[in-house]
Amino acid sequence: MANASDPRVDARTGTPTTGHEWDGIAELNTPLPRWWLWTFYITIVWSIAYWIVYPAWPGIAGWTHGMFGWNSRTAVVQDLQELKTMRAAGEAKLSAAKLEDIEKNPELLSIARAQGAAAFANNCAPCHGAGAQGAVGYPNLNDDEWLWGGKLADIQTTLQHGIRWDADKDTRSGAMPAFGKDGTLKADEIKNVAQYVRSLSGLPNEGGADLAKGKKVFADNCAACHGDDGKGNQELGAPNLTDKIWLYGSTTAAIENRVTVGGGGQMPAWGDRLDPTTIKALTVYVHSLGGGK
Amino acid sequence: MDLRIDEKQAGERVSPATLVSGGAAPAEDGALYEARKQIYPQSVTGTFRRIKWIILAVTLGIYYLLPFVRWDRGPGAPNQAVLVDLEHNRFYFFFIEIWPQEVYYITGLMILAALGLFLMNALAGRVWCGYLCPQTVWTDLFLAIERLAEGDRRERMRKDAGPWNVQRVAEKIVKHSLWLAIAWWTGGAWVLYFNDAPTLVRQLATFHAPAIAYIWIGILTGTTYILAGFMREQVCLYMCPWPRIQAALTDENALNVTYRYDRGEPRMSVKKAKAARTLGGPAGDCVDCGQCVAVCPTGVDIRGGLNMGCIQCGLCIDACDNVMRKIGRPERLIAYDTDVNIQRRLAGLENVFKPVRVRTVLYTVLIVGIFALMAGKMFTRADASLAVIHDRNPLFVTLSTGEIRNGYTVRFANMAPKSRHFVLKVEGLPGSRFEVIGEDKNTSGREDLDIGPDQTRETRLLVFSGTAKPQGNSTPLRFVVTDETGKTVATAKDFFRAP
Ligand code: SF4
Ligand code: SF4
Repeated sequence: MANASDPRVDARTGTPTTGHEWDGIAELNTPLPRWWLWTFYITIVWSIAYWIVYPAWPGIAGWTHGMFGWNSRTAVVQDLQELKTMRAAGEAKLSAAKLEDIEKNPELLSIARAQGAAAFANNCAPCHGAGAQGAVGYPNLNDDEWLWGGKLADIQTTLQHGIRWDADKDTRSGAMPAFGKDGTLKADEIKNVAQYVRSLSGLPNEGGADLAKGKKVFADNCAACHGDDGKGNQELGAPNLTDKIWLYGSTTAAIENRVTVGGGGQMPAWGDRLDPTTIKALTVYVHSLGGGK
Repeated sequence: MDLRIDEKQAGERVSPATLVSGGAAPAEDGALYEARKQIYPQSVTGTFRRIKWIILAVTLGIYYLLPFVRWDRGPGAPNQAVLVDLEHNRFYFFFIEIWPQEVYYITGLMILAALGLFLMNALAGRVWCGYLCPQTVWTDLFLAIERLAEGDRRERMRKDAGPWNVQRVAEKIVKHSLWLAIAWWTGGAWVLYFNDAPTLVRQLATFHAPAIAYIWIGILTGTTYILAGFMREQVCLYMCPWPRIQAALTDENALNVTYRYDRGEPRMSVKKAKAARTLGGPAGDCVDCGQCVAVCPTGVDIRGGLNMGCIQCGLCIDACDNVMRKIGRPERLIAYDTDVNIQRRLAGLENVFKPVRVRTVLYTVLIVGIFALMAGKMFTRADASLAVIHDRNPLFVTLSTGEIRNGYTVRFANMAPKSRHFVLKVEGLPGSRFEVIGEDKNTSGREDLDIGPDQTRETRLLVFSGTAKPQGNSTPLRFVVTDETGKTVATAKDFFRAP
């Protein structure tokens, strides 16, 4: 039994102290069970085993590879392979289904939408936005205006071959001429035609332009692509100028700028990069955002 | 460590003094680690032992047999009364079926369990530890087997100290085989809760069960064997957080297994006590026989006062009662009591017991309240549900006509065991219309959906402002689902956003 008169034994509890003392406060020694100590040693051994079994130490020109050749890259590849196997059934159904039938089948629709959403986030969101809401120059895919057609087949073609993507010979082409820059139209003509275009969708005439002259300019230069009534032409990617949707904005400055510099945005041809089933899923996904025709 | 322990009993438990001389560390520092001292709890009979046997039989009976209880849920649904169906994300408990989104019932049960522990603790200390904890119950079972194979306390101590011989080896083999068999059975019962029990038993018997079943059986066999066979009181002393928590939750009115030192001290032999009593001198009832320590599964001497090592199993009460009966003194020298009462008796006052206190009332009210809330929710819960999530981006879309459109992801759940026909309507914006992607466009202002038994369906729904002029940039909408009979079975609220 601990001797209470021993200075290394705490008189109050009878517990020996470790002999460490700070300002009269002694540290009691309440021993841990020895198995706990062994458990601690085992964890140390375990961690050393980890260094040996798994890749661990960096070197100058490489690293230790461990014993079973495990590495995180092959693990990811394997995970992806497992994912593919898991999805194979749905994928097969999707690839066998006709594009027009997918939306009529709730199961196929949900597979296509899930796969399409993932592919969209990976490939399309940088330009079109996370929710396909678009930005100036990048169409909003939720609405019902389509530059190149909003039917399933149209969307699929656009995805497959891209827009103004010269590497693909079937790409959608057709660009707005730079009427101002190449001198076809003079400044006052541009001003008049811009206000005429605004009037097509009921926007007020700013800066007192001559709408009759603008109409004439339009008929001579723009109607070829945008149509006599300004309703556009999806064959050429010419937007409908009479509705409420404006890819580059509806302000006078924005429209005058478009007439002056012309041109148009680009979209890659995804046919080279994505497999046909993914394109199908993307087609259905974009179509089902709400604006599909 | 407490000082009141008698020299004679010092060997019964780890004494710090033995370590100072025997440890590996320099003597002046004392050993920082100590070997576990094997405890040889002696068998005992009595009220609390009987209660513990009954609880052991009932709880283990439930654990091992419950997976085999059947409960008819109709065709296509599992007929196991209690089943955690991980593959299909369902939890079945007799007439209750819980879906993943209702996991708050499980949370509720856990809150109830915690409050239950608090209440037990406030009333009578570590009732959980002493009688109900799996660690205690399985250790008790393993101890019973140990006694069966190797004999009671004295015998086991003698054998373990003596040399190995054929009989000792044979006894150890019997003991460990029985332990392993029970441990295996424990793991086996566990996996049955996650699969159709009879099927899995057949698969296990023919070695055709899925690998994961064997892995889990292996893990639980290992933990049961080690924790109940070897770790025992070490779990309570060093691994379990509850003793620490409960020590912070207790108060002076909570009943605890208590040595009534007002009656027991000064300790003396029966003969001396008789002599002292005739002389009218002070004589305690404790004869210092050490029985209370000998039966203790955690090696505690309860006479030292309330002790962290004591799991309050009540076995020392039984042991002491047996001694008291033998020497003709009143029982319950060790009893469920409080220090407050000891002080009162010493001062010549009556005992007081206060089971009704602020904390016990509070716990009871909370337990009853939460249980009522859960039961109420459970019995009035709908067998269909509807969840609506508004598109985050874009919040709204302007169409070519200038009309505004909002998009929503809508999830229907048919939680009934039969196919049903639902009708969805959207209220709140007169003049608007809606469409469901994948369904034929219609203008009737309703959407018809058929959903199979126990299934969900997610669709995308578009609301068009139509002729409506939304007030401000956020108009409340109500999504209403009715069934065949026209009864509203689920509703959800959301908003129509506009520029
Ligand atoms: S069993 Fe009773 S009499 Fe014996 S030592 Fe314990 S308290 Fe004292
Ligand atoms: S002191 Fe008594 S009540 Fe506490 S654990 Fe030991 S035998 Fe059980």
